[in-house]
Amino acid sequence: MIHVTEVSLEYDTPHGKVLAVDKASFSAAESEFVCLVGPSGCGKTTLLNMIAGFFPPSAGEIRVAGRPVSGQGLDRGIVFQDFAQLFPWRTALGNVAFGLEMKGVAKEERERVALAQLRLVKLEKFAGAHPHHLSGGMQQRVAIAALTREEMQRLLAEVWRTTRKTIVYVTHNVAEAVYLADRVVVMTPHPGRVKAVVGIRLPRPRDPLSVEFLEQQKSLIAHLTRQEEET
Amino acid sequence: MKSVLSVGIFLVVGKTLWAMLGDGTMGRHALNTLFRVFCGLALAAATGLVLGFLMARFRPVERFFLPLVSALMPIPSLAWAPVFILWFGLGNTATILVVFYAATFPMVINTWTGARAVNPLWLRAAGAMGANGGAMFWKVVVPGASPFIITGLRLAFQRAWIAVVGAEMLAASAFGLGWVIFDAKEFLNADIMLASLAVIGAIGFVFERLVFGSLERSTVLRWGMVRNVKA
Ligand SMILES: Nc1ncnc2c1ncn2[C@@H]1O[C@H](COP(=O)(O)OP(=O)(O)OP(=O)(O)O)[C@@H](O)[C@H]1O
Ligand SMILES: [Mg+2]
Repeated sequence: MIHVTEVSLEYDTPHGKVLAVDKASFSAAESEFVCLVGPSGCGKTTLLNMIAGFFPPSAGEIRVAGRPVSGQGLDRGIVFQDFAQLFPWRTALGNVAFGLEMKGVAKEERERVALAQLRLVKLEKFAGAHPHHLSGGMQQRVAIAALTREEMQRLLAEVWRTTRKTIVYVTHNVAEAVYLADRVVVMTPHPGRVKAVVGIRLPRPRDPLSVEFLEQQKSLIAHLTRQEEET
Repeated sequence: MKSVLSVGIFLVVGKTLWAMLGDGTMGRHALNTLFRVFCGLALAAATGLVLGFLMARFRPVERFFLPLVSALMPIPSLAWAPVFILWFGLGNTATILVVFYAATFPMVINTWTGARAVNPLWLRAAGAMGANGGAMFWKVVVPGASPFIITGLRLAFQRAWIAVVGAEMLAASAFGLGWVIFDAKEFLNADIMLASLAVIGAIGFVFERLVFGSLERSTVLRWGMVRNVKA
């Protein structure tokens, strides 16, 4: 059980204080799968870091299993989206092409496909760069370009089904949130606030092509775009 | 007085070195030595790589060879020189075997360690993308172990270089930088001895800096698997 109550966080920067999270509240019940969604910079990572106990909130309280969080603890695991599994000796392109190479796809074809994949994550300019010359986020995008989305979702859903852990998961992908979550916390940036908490009551396993799924997805997108109009 | 003497020695050695370089004798000695080093080193690298990888991959191979390596490694390679001379006579074979003996162990140990130190995430990721035995070995294990392998080569070269000079003193019938020193000793020619030592040092330095330096720059440094300290 995770309770986040009126949590705020200010970052100290050379240009003054930045309010990254402003009085955010939500909770995740035992074995619940909660997704945090929202545009870049709305404080998702910051919130996750505080739940993990990497740093304390400036105000408000976070409780896990009834006890206030102080520091890291064995009761919480955190998995960063840093897929450190990129091969350092391969370029971004070479990394994305690896799977195809193993399937025996010819060099030209697999490089064409891999470049298209990289274009999807807007990294085609970095096709020839080795991972250590890319930022953490760019490395993640390379890994994502190499991984099919379905692979990742299936993996996550499987982990949750078998372990029944309480999960707080950060994503930018609305379909992914609808596919995985019991509840979706929609956040808005500058300052990071919780805009809405939306319950997803579709039976599992979920069919991303079903009418209910698409409806649910539409209403979430409506939440997100409405907030963008406001800002 | 002393300083005059040492300046004098430098001058004499310089002159001798110049003369020996000029008439080609030093070059010929150096080529002989280099030939022996490379034969021994090539044999050692091949043996070390094969044995190291097999030891890392197959438990019984490790169980059989590890004690053997541990027992043989501490024996100075030069101590074998008389044995090899007894078996193979004076000349290249005995010298190359001494070099081989000296260079093999760092190669085995480093390859073995490197193969076991390959990041399991890479192995798992490659496996998930369908890499089988051969591809896994050539495209993941070998590059993944490359920082260790390069270190192994470096150490192997250094030990080979040390060994060859000693071995030549005992086993070479004519030619070789070590043999020059041994031969000069008979006539108390300190300047020739020192000239040869200078060449031995210079060649070792050049290899260390140029060959291994650039090997490292074009691989593990470029891939970010090892880093240079900041300024
Ligand atoms: N170390 C920091 N120092 C100062 N400001 C920071 C720091 N980290 C984040 N911020 C600011 O806090 C806000 C929230 O950042 P956070 O990383 O939590 O966003 P996010 O929702 O995870 O974004 P993204 O989706 O891009 O990962 C941003 O406006 C950012 O500029
Ligand atoms: Mg983030």
